[in-house]
Amino acid sequence: MTGTVAPDTVIEFDRVSLGFDGKPVLEEISFRLEHGETKIILGASGSGKSVLLKLTLGLLQPDSGRIFVLGSEVTGRSEEELFPIRQRIGMVFQEGALFDSLTVGENVAYALERMGSIGPEETERRVREALRFVELEPTVEQFPSELSGGMRRRVAIARAMVSQPELLLYDSPTAGLDPITAHRIITLVIKQRDVSRVSSLLVTHRLQDSYEVARYYFDPAQEKLLLVEGNGARRQTHTRFLVLREGGIAFHGRLEEMVAERDPYLQKFLA
Amino acid sequence: MSLLNDFAKDRVLAVQEFMLMGGRAVQNLFGTPRYLVDTLRQMDFIGFGSLPIVILTGFFTGAVLALQMSKTLSTFGETSLTGQLVMLSLVRELGPVLTSLMVAGRNSSGIASELGSMMVSEQIDAMRALGTDPIKKLVTPRLVGCVLMLPMLTIIADFMGMLGGFATSFFMIHLNPSQYWTSAYHALEMEDVFQGLIKPFVFAFIVALVGCYYGLTTRGGTEGVGRATTQAVVAASVMILITDFFLTKILLTVLY
Repeated sequence: MTGTVAPDTVIEFDRVSLGFDGKPVLEEISFRLEHGETKIILGASGSGKSVLLKLTLGLLQPDSGRIFVLGSEVTGRSEEELFPIRQRIGMVFQEGALFDSLTVGENVAYALERMGSIGPEETERRVREALRFVELEPTVEQFPSELSGGMRRRVAIARAMVSQPELLLYDSPTAGLDPITAHRIITLVIKQRDVSRVSSLLVTHRLQDSYEVARYYFDPAQEKLLLVEGNGARRQTHTRFLVLREGGIAFHGRLEEMVAERDPYLQKFLA
Repeated sequence: MSLLNDFAKDRVLAVQEFMLMGGRAVQNLFGTPRYLVDTLRQMDFIGFGSLPIVILTGFFTGAVLALQMSKTLSTFGETSLTGQLVMLSLVRELGPVLTSLMVAGRNSSGIASELGSMMVSEQIDAMRALGTDPIKKLVTPRLVGCVLMLPMLTIIADFMGMLGGFATSFFMIHLNPSQYWTSAYHALEMEDVFQGLIKPFVFAFIVALVGCYYGLTTRGGTEGVGRATTQAVVAASVMILITDFFLTKILLTVLY
């Protein structure tokens, strides 16, 4: 590894290891996320899925190995040096992580205010546009505590995408939600992938959600999800899977390859 | 032995992190953005919000001091010196220490629980992800709010203590009002005032930074928030009392 990254590579993990209190969480992890690709990270609880996202953002630093994001190395950088890189990334946290003291509109506008170069009118327009995208424009004046869990996740998606990031990180965006709300969130993830063509990492432990992301695409004309194999043609969803197991990578590839795998752990996991 | 080693390392690491956080919070005063609205909000919460407990604490401390002092002084036939003793005890020692302890009880815990909740709900991570330095946005405004408000609260507590002492002296000991106020006024030196104001200034750092440190190092969900809150109050109170001893020793050597 020389420190240079292929132009099409959005994220590159190079032999990354991290442990907490002497216990290894990730060991020698290496993978790449290509431009326009969505990578679904699966794994049991505690397998290091969320840690992987935090490493990507530079919120955690690895014990060893190097991480490149959007052409810049994020390992060994100070907070100040990481801020310009983070401004190009959107992150949806597990529980939304909305700021309690700010309204929905202020929460979404927060990412834009940090940029400084965007005026109040443009901020207002983009905030409303982002909230319209997640179908929550009427809640702009409300506080997060007044919203349901699903609505908070949708606001978190709006906050992550309002700055038009080049990379989106989703940390279990459907965890603990009912199937209808979860479907709504996954529709937004697919819509964001197919409409804005943003590269993304999606952490989840709900297999049905990951299958939906890999098998459906968003049709803007009909405003709904369609199966990729419909009408005799096959569309490309640019979705690949990364399965973590005890700190290592158990599988990395496409859905069809994953389903066809003979590995007992993977078969048990997918059952 | 290894357990002792780990414990010692943990403590040293905690002190190092605390000092680094404090250093960065102070350093942020000279940089941008300044978060003026957040600072004013903290000044209101820490200063105005603590006013009722500070007034009550100050008044009754002064009142009970006058009671105790007059009892002791009466054996020497010197109850007229009650005002002087109440004034010196309050301004030099009890005003700054008790006010700081009360403010620590209210605000170190409040800061630790607020930041701790933000920590466990990943709001601090979200803040960092959105390009904001949590030390700049959360710690510095609380530190500034505390440093500006605690000396003012101490002045109010001292004044209320004098009133409390006067109430006791007038209604219970039946001392002449002018005797009380004159002896109090004449006893007070500029050094006492300086000592009484430098202490809350120093204690303000402890109140704010201890609360912020325990809040920002919270781990383990809501249980962790509860633990951080308790630890913050205990640590801030103990640190105030220990610092008070050494600070008093230094000030007595330098000023008098």
